[in-house]
Amino acid sequence: MSRWKSFPRPLSGDWLVLGISMAVVVVLFATLWRPEHAAKLQIRDRSGIFATFSLAQDRSIEVPGPLGVSHITIHQGQVRFTQSPCHNQYCVHQGWLSHAGQVAVCLPNQISLELLGGEKNYDSLNY
Amino acid sequence: MTRSTIEITTTPDDHKVARLAALAIGLHLAEAVFPSPLPGVKPGIANIVTLYVLYRFDFATAAWVSILRVLASSLLLGNFLSPAFALSLSGTLASLAMLTLAMRLPQRYFGPVSLSVLAAFAHIAGQLLVVRLWLIPHAGVAYLIPIFAAAALFFGTINGMIAARLLNPAGEPHA
Repeated sequence: MSRWKSFPRPLSGDWLVLGISMAVVVVLFATLWRPEHAAKLQIRDRSGIFATFSLAQDRSIEVPGPLGVSHITIHQGQVRFTQSPCHNQYCVHQGWLSHAGQVAVCLPNQISLELLGGEKNYDSLNY
Repeated sequence: MTRSTIEITTTPDDHKVARLAALAIGLHLAEAVFPSPLPGVKPGIANIVTLYVLYRFDFATAAWVSILRVLASSLLLGNFLSPAFALSLSGTLASLAMLTLAMRLPQRYFGPVSLSVLAAFAHIAGQLLVVRLWLIPHAGVAYLIPIFAAAALFFGTINGMIAARLLNPAGEPHA
């Protein structure tokens, strides 16, 4: 006889709770893990926000930093560091970014990119 | 040598709470040894003790046992007043708050499994609130919510079944 039989069977309310919980988990995955295509690009340098660009237009941007000029390219709704004066080139190797919330950072040159969705989620709330 | 003048009188209830808390601390420490794929995703087997105490005794005893467990385990693990302790405490307080509500559900239909799952969800909700407001104030925390919720459902169900089994070893239908 299986040892599982000695576990009391869940009650009807327990099944209800399990069913609702499972639905909640599925809904959470469906809503929070849906990659949202970014609409805007925000570039920060050492003094704060350098500029914000729409991703609708292809363009290349040059951002000066302490080491030199970093080159950032917007192409078909995607963004990447194309050239950087930094030593390790991590920012360039990060490649194309296209989803809201993605970030690329060049620490040596103190420049970061953040992709923003159509509507920016609150990043802090004060009461 | 002078004799200590401090004398703490203890009641049998205190001893009971201490014994049960010791059991919960033991489980908590045993679990802390195992590595976790994602920090924060843990089975929470010490909560089986909380549930057991809630059914066998009362809410006050369960609250004592689980808060003492958090305090003592943090001292033993060396993270008292650290962020990990804050997470542990906020999770425990949130799940105790949920248990006070869930206790009122009709016991004919809602057993330990319901309470365990609801408390597990409250636990991660309390933790994620602290994470979001204090530790990592970034909207990216939202990405973790589904994983924690799935873990809460999974481990909450298993812990609830174990608690139900301990409360009713013969496997008879609930009275």
